[in-house]
Amino acid sequence: MKQFDYVRPATIAEAVAAAAQPGSAYLAAGTNLLDLMKGGISRPDRLVDVTRLPGLDRVEYPADGGVRIGALVRNADLAHDADFARAYPAVAEALLSGASAQLRNAATVGGNLLQRTRCAYFYDTASRCNKREAGSGCDARGGENRLHAVLGRSEGCIATHPSDFCVPLVALDAIVEIEGKGGRRELPLEELHRLPGDAPERDSALSPGDLIVALRLPAAARGFAAHARYLKVRERTSYAFAVVSAAAALRLENGKIAEARLALGGVAAKPWRVRAAEQVLTGAAPTAAGFLESAQLALSGAKPSGENAFKIELARRIVVRGLTSAAAGTPERIPALPASPFASVSGALHV
Amino acid sequence: MSELNLTTAPAHVRHGSNIGQPLTRRDGVLKVKGQATYAADNHPSGMLFAVIAASSIARGRVTSLDVAAAKRHPGVVEVMTSSNKPPLAIDPEIKTNPFVFRMECLQNDEVRYANQPIAVVIAQSLEAATEGAALLAPRYETLPARVGLDAGEAYVPPVVGVGSPTVNEHGDVEAGLASASQQIDATYETPPQYHNAMEPHAIVVAWDGDRLSIDMPTQGLILSRARIAELFGLPHENIHIRSPFLGGGFGSKGLMGGPPVLGIMAAKLVGKPVKLVLRREQMYGPVGHRAPTRQRLRLGADGEGHLTAIDHHARTVSSSYDDFYEPAAGASHTLYASPAIRTTHDAVRVDTGTPLFMRAPGEATGSIALESAIDEMAFACGMDPLAFRLKNYAEVEPITGKPFSSKALRACYEQGAARFGWSKRKLAPRDMRDEAGLLVGWGVGTATFPAMMFQAEARAAIRSDGSGVMEIGAHDMGQGAWTAFAQIAADGLGLDVDRVEFRSGHSGLPDAGIAGGSAHTATAGAAIHNAGAAVIAKLADLATRDQRSPLFGAGNTGVVARDGKLFRRDDESRGESYADILARAGLAEVEARGMGTPNPTAQADYAMHAHGAVFAEVKVDPELGQVRVTRMVGAFAAGRIVNPHLVKSQLFGGMIWGASFALHEEAITDRRTGRIMNANLGEYHIPVNADVPSLDVLTVEEHDPHVNALGIKGVGEIGITGSAGAVANAVWHATGVRVRRFPIRIEELLMEL
Repeated sequence: MKQFDYVRPATIAEAVAAAAQPGSAYLAAGTNLLDLMKGGISRPDRLVDVTRLPGLDRVEYPADGGVRIGALVRNADLAHDADFARAYPAVAEALLSGASAQLRNAATVGGNLLQRTRCAYFYDTASRCNKREAGSGCDARGGENRLHAVLGRSEGCIATHPSDFCVPLVALDAIVEIEGKGGRRELPLEELHRLPGDAPERDSALSPGDLIVALRLPAAARGFAAHARYLKVRERTSYAFAVVSAAAALRLENGKIAEARLALGGVAAKPWRVRAAEQVLTGAAPTAAGFLESAQLALSGAKPSGENAFKIELARRIVVRGLTSAAAGTPERIPALPASPFASVSGALHV
Repeated sequence: MSELNLTTAPAHVRHGSNIGQPLTRRDGVLKVKGQATYAADNHPSGMLFAVIAASSIARGRVTSLDVAAAKRHPGVVEVMTSSNKPPLAIDPEIKTNPFVFRMECLQNDEVRYANQPIAVVIAQSLEAATEGAALLAPRYETLPARVGLDAGEAYVPPVVGVGSPTVNEHGDVEAGLASASQQIDATYETPPQYHNAMEPHAIVVAWDGDRLSIDMPTQGLILSRARIAELFGLPHENIHIRSPFLGGGFGSKGLMGGPPVLGIMAAKLVGKPVKLVLRREQMYGPVGHRAPTRQRLRLGADGEGHLTAIDHHARTVSSSYDDFYEPAAGASHTLYASPAIRTTHDAVRVDTGTPLFMRAPGEATGSIALESAIDEMAFACGMDPLAFRLKNYAEVEPITGKPFSSKALRACYEQGAARFGWSKRKLAPRDMRDEAGLLVGWGVGTATFPAMMFQAEARAAIRSDGSGVMEIGAHDMGQGAWTAFAQIAADGLGLDVDRVEFRSGHSGLPDAGIAGGSAHTATAGAAIHNAGAAVIAKLADLATRDQRSPLFGAGNTGVVARDGKLFRRDDESRGESYADILARAGLAEVEARGMGTPNPTAQADYAMHAHGAVFAEVKVDPELGQVRVTRMVGAFAAGRIVNPHLVKSQLFGGMIWGASFALHEEAITDRRTGRIMNANLGEYHIPVNADVPSLDVLTVEEHDPHVNALGIKGVGEIGITGSAGAVANAVWHATGVRVRRFPIRIEELLMEL
């Protein structure tokens, strides 16, 4: 491994100052970063270890009815926080459907938001990759790309964002709190991740030194608790990234949809939210026809980037299923196989 | 134990022999406590770390390496390249026997596949060596990579597998097809797969003058020692290899590949002990894999559902520089009666590491295609797939006409079907659903694997305290050799297992043969059994010729050995303990050797195979196409079962691999560069716990008087065969969609559902 400096700042201000210097990277649990460093994909000169920063490991419920989650809260701790899971069940289900139990025990909320793509060409340093090395080209195009993006892609990049966690978060209007050189600011999570455009090397709207310190969900997001699901199709039942996933949440009033939220995962370089697909459901009864119309809108503009046309049809079907499951009601407990089409199969243990 | 402090089994109530008892693995506690020492756990004093730099191109040559940059990196001691490597005694390209494969030991600058070793960096830490390897920044002259089953001109290899004929023919296939009232003509594809043992290939090696001390996982201690001896020009006795435990091998640790040889060369170059461990992605190249296949099956059946012909052609690949051909079509030789059978193979050369044996080579790939085709034919004939298999049950081996040494497959079908509840299966596909609306499918596959036997030797001794010693350089890959062989040894010595010191796992012991071909228990077990019998015979000789012994004069009647005593066969009230016999003779110990060898007459007269029937249930989401296996029942007949506990584990493992074959496992090769794009356990999918369904294994009673003295057939590989096909057939039964490319992927179902 390349030699690097390791610093462990005592305060957030020190961390920001240290990480603002060129060649720096924040280290939290390292579940993604260390793999990238071992593979030579990421070669920082300096790691700024934020894991000992005070005050970032709490889940708080402020008086406004929302939730504020410290960036160092572990994925598993958040998913198993009973109050959180009750208020935001689709987020908890998404968390538990991701990675493995060991990784969830280590991985942090802030780190998960900044997880890099799983595009194999990004990881393979012998391949050209505009995300890894700006302007070098994209070998995913014309390569083994059956799992690549069908929405929001550019000529220069067809990678997808791999997170499960971010998909319901975007649907529920999550906000990130960022500490940077200019002080603290807030950003809707939906604006944190960037589409590749002509600068695929930039995954996010963050500037050097920017540190995500917390994630907030607004009180309004609780309104969907009774009808919220995350659904993830994958190539093995656990420890696999989504082929396509969807978060669907409904606020039902008198048998009608007062408000709908919908986001897709695994289809683009960011969690994919289409407001038109939500709005078409507003005021309607939850029906198969309505859900199908929503699905068509959600996938409007989708195009294969290679051997992945099936993902478009799969995504439509996942939207319909996700909305159908949400309408049927959030299950009493998170299923033993979270977010799985086999969640209903009895006898399975938590994975 | 002299070298390993194995915990003995918890108290079991034993009735009769040690063989057949479900002893818990004797090395289990060591493993649970992390005290079982695997090769890479050894750190001799002064040891340095060696890391391979691997090629990122699949074909061409290395034109430059920045050795200076690597050497400048702090901690780097040396960089070994083709220009400064220590010489080998023979060219590693020379195939001195059929079990020698060509390997890359930096003999030149040629690159023959992606992930080929092109240099070795030796440093004071793993991190420094790793960074040194990265700093080499190789440049290449790159030639176009040849990738896939259509990469070039196909040719017919001289042999497939280990010396098996490329073409086998019995009867008139074309006539059989022409006379058929139903025909199936279908083509199936299986992907490249990699062994992915949990423990990566590793070597810790120290030179002492012209002697070599090696820790290395190997499935063939003596074969490995011989290869090292010829490569380094050393007498065999100068090389000591320890391999007490392997974290899985599956065929990839049977024959020496290049990486451990590079470790030995690196240690020679720097004059210090060296450890070299492959990174996970480096296991996708120089240490073998299961080659991809494309198999065309043409079957004919008459109006009553009897097969009239089986024509099985398999296309596979080998490397550009060596020959190993997955003998996939051979799976059609033994299972189903047909008046005409033809199996043929051809191949193309691709820019890949040479394919190799991988758990059930030939049978695994061939079985999923054959079992799928048989299922298709059963449906075409309007028959239940189990009834169709029974109708075409082979009473003699179809391709040779030989009788089977034993074959309890009918009982496997019956008992497995009963346990599974097969009689409730609906004939039509897509006709079963669960309470949640998921599609449910049930499939069956027939399992088969040859019962082979190699050659081994063991040494046995009885000591003055009446305890026993058994020595054999056997291999525990996780299958439980430490336990099963100790049980056989105990029976052979007429002792309780706790009274036998079983020494194993290094090259200073008698040759146990190779742990492969599902033949280790039969082969090494026979040697152990015979060594035990030989030492007991010596003890009996001492007693029956000594007037002071109660056994005097029993030479003709014979004696039996049990519980540390010899008894007159005709009068068990007369007996004497081993300790007493030796004490009177004034001997500290008596020892003898025994061989395990195949019986050529029996092998010429009989077809010898283990069999089984696997039943699988899958559920398929009717809109989303995701598949999950929910239930599997396997009933196997594999001769005598030495340890039911361990056998069950082996069969579970095989069945899980079968499900993996059908639904998950595939190496993705970039079609332009020949690089493998998912060379990690995150994206090369093998089943995780959530994919492993409720598994049920039955072992069917089978007595085989011909296969070997102990009647053992082996269970290491058969579990995959049949299982993969059963899962694939269950997917068809659930959906009505017949996917002929494996693993079955979501898109293939999605667009048809």
